[in-house]
Amino acid sequence: MYQSKWRIFTNHTILILGALFMIMPVWIAFASSTHTREFIFQNGLQFWPGGHMIENYGAILFDPAATKGRVTALEMLFNSMVLGLGFAIGKVIISMMAAYAIVYFRFKLAVPLFWVIFSTLLLPLEVRIVPSYEVVANLGLLNSYTGLILPLIASATGTFFFRQFYRSVPDELLEAARLDGAGPVRFFIDILVPLSVTMIAAIFIIMFVVGWNQYLWPLLMTTDDQLYTIVIGIKQVYNSLYEGGQIPQFPKAFALTIMATIPPVLVVVIFQRMFIKGLVETEK
Amino acid sequence: MKRVQFEHSAVPYLFVAPQILIISIFFLWPAAQAVYQSFLLEDAFGMSSQFVWFRNFEDVLSSASWSRSAIFTVIFSVAVAVISITISLFLAVRADEVIRGAKSYRTLLMWGYAVAPPVAGLLGNMMFNPLMGDLYKAFNSFGFEFNHIQNANDAAFVVILIAVWKQVSVNFIFFLSGLQGIPKSVQEAATLDCKSAERRFWTITFPLLAPTTFFLLVINLTYAFFETFGIIDVSTKGSPGGATATLVYKVYVDGFIGADLGGSSAQSVLLMIMVSILTVFQFRFIERKVHY
Repeated sequence: MYQSKWRIFTNHTILILGALFMIMPVWIAFASSTHTREFIFQNGLQFWPGGHMIENYGAILFDPAATKGRVTALEMLFNSMVLGLGFAIGKVIISMMAAYAIVYFRFKLAVPLFWVIFSTLLLPLEVRIVPSYEVVANLGLLNSYTGLILPLIASATGTFFFRQFYRSVPDELLEAARLDGAGPVRFFIDILVPLSVTMIAAIFIIMFVVGWNQYLWPLLMTTDDQLYTIVIGIKQVYNSLYEGGQIPQFPKAFALTIMATIPPVLVVVIFQRMFIKGLVETEK
Repeated sequence: MKRVQFEHSAVPYLFVAPQILIISIFFLWPAAQAVYQSFLLEDAFGMSSQFVWFRNFEDVLSSASWSRSAIFTVIFSVAVAVISITISLFLAVRADEVIRGAKSYRTLLMWGYAVAPPVAGLLGNMMFNPLMGDLYKAFNSFGFEFNHIQNANDAAFVVILIAVWKQVSVNFIFFLSGLQGIPKSVQEAATLDCKSAERRFWTITFPLLAPTTFFLLVINLTYAFFETFGIIDVSTKGSPGGATATLVYKVYVDGFIGADLGGSSAQSVLLMIMVSILTVFQFRFIERKVHY
């Protein structure tokens, strides 16, 4: 296609400006995380990295005192990993199964159950946060991985993705499988699951990022800092920045922010193609 | 639904059971509790409660702080949706045209999806920190007398900016793939007929992207309603004086910090109704208006 020189030039300029708009805050946080706190306090945010990167990141990762609690960033990263993986795995398995029942079976309660599942889309966790907290507290699940993960899985987004996908699977497959004498469980495990591998991977990536980034629910659920995810840890560190009359520990807070950002961003960038495909195709 | 289906008595129930179980315990039960509690009034010590019918709703709907929050939520959501959609559409059109470095630009613009809202909030908070924030200093050096800690409009600006920053990448991904779905032949025919890139955009590209845009409008409004909680909680915390508290943030503040369970539940129920209306609207109205 013909493009004028001017158009090509403005295209690149606009895209570079857009990229800078996205990257600048994270870059400044990174650069500022590699200076001493005295330096940041006196000179403000920094654009160029300093020489204290290993010192600051090492302290955050291994020294509980640096994160103002009893947990190190390493343990927080582990908790985030558990939340991200647990959420993604749970969601994929449960929603695959539910969608399979809804699409492939004729049974009495199919329609009402579908509407029950659908209704979860109307009411995000944020809206029913107080009663959800009470329910989990009543079940004695506060400060546990189970209590952290299960309520988040209750929303039905995954089920709809898989429902959409199953409906695009040709009917002939089921007919052929039935002729060969495959039962419903066999068909699911041997044919449908292998067929959905790309779909599963895409949804898994999206759900991992969503799980990792959870904020409100872990914030309420985890009063014990042993269970802090890194996203919650950052908030606690920022909250205690001005405590104790010392020079605020900005560089370490920034270092923690950067560490919370890197894993999900890496996942999304590395599996970019799969991720975009999953995102765009499922939400139609 | 499928033409061919299994007819089996027990198997489908076994397959939906885990999901239905989780939904019943962690969704239906709390939702029912929210509705029930919205009719209760607790005494000051939380020891006993009495059934008060719609009094909580009357209190909520007549309170100045709720209507203020409702107005802010609407302005905030519309601003976030419109601004972020505009920016991303603009970027996506350019990213679709560009040949050299197309992949790099896509990567550089899409990773923001993975940033947690509270992390975005903290980054924004840092940029606007009066002690050291570059943007804070920059605005003031231009003579704006910018002060988001005391001025409600400035605080709203900060929250909107952060929310837009966080949302640009999602919209960009959808617009870019929408643009790439437009057949090259259509684009080339349009180029032959019309030299002006701007007119081509408004007469060919934009109408073809209408379904994507409507879809994103809904997604963005939902995002601004619910997912911005993290952004608000770490940047302004609804200050000054509740001027930047969205309805969802207010449910949390009143329920957990204010310990007003009845009032908070009534707000939850009102939100439920609003979201339901939005969903019905989305299905009934928008789907018919847009021709695919």
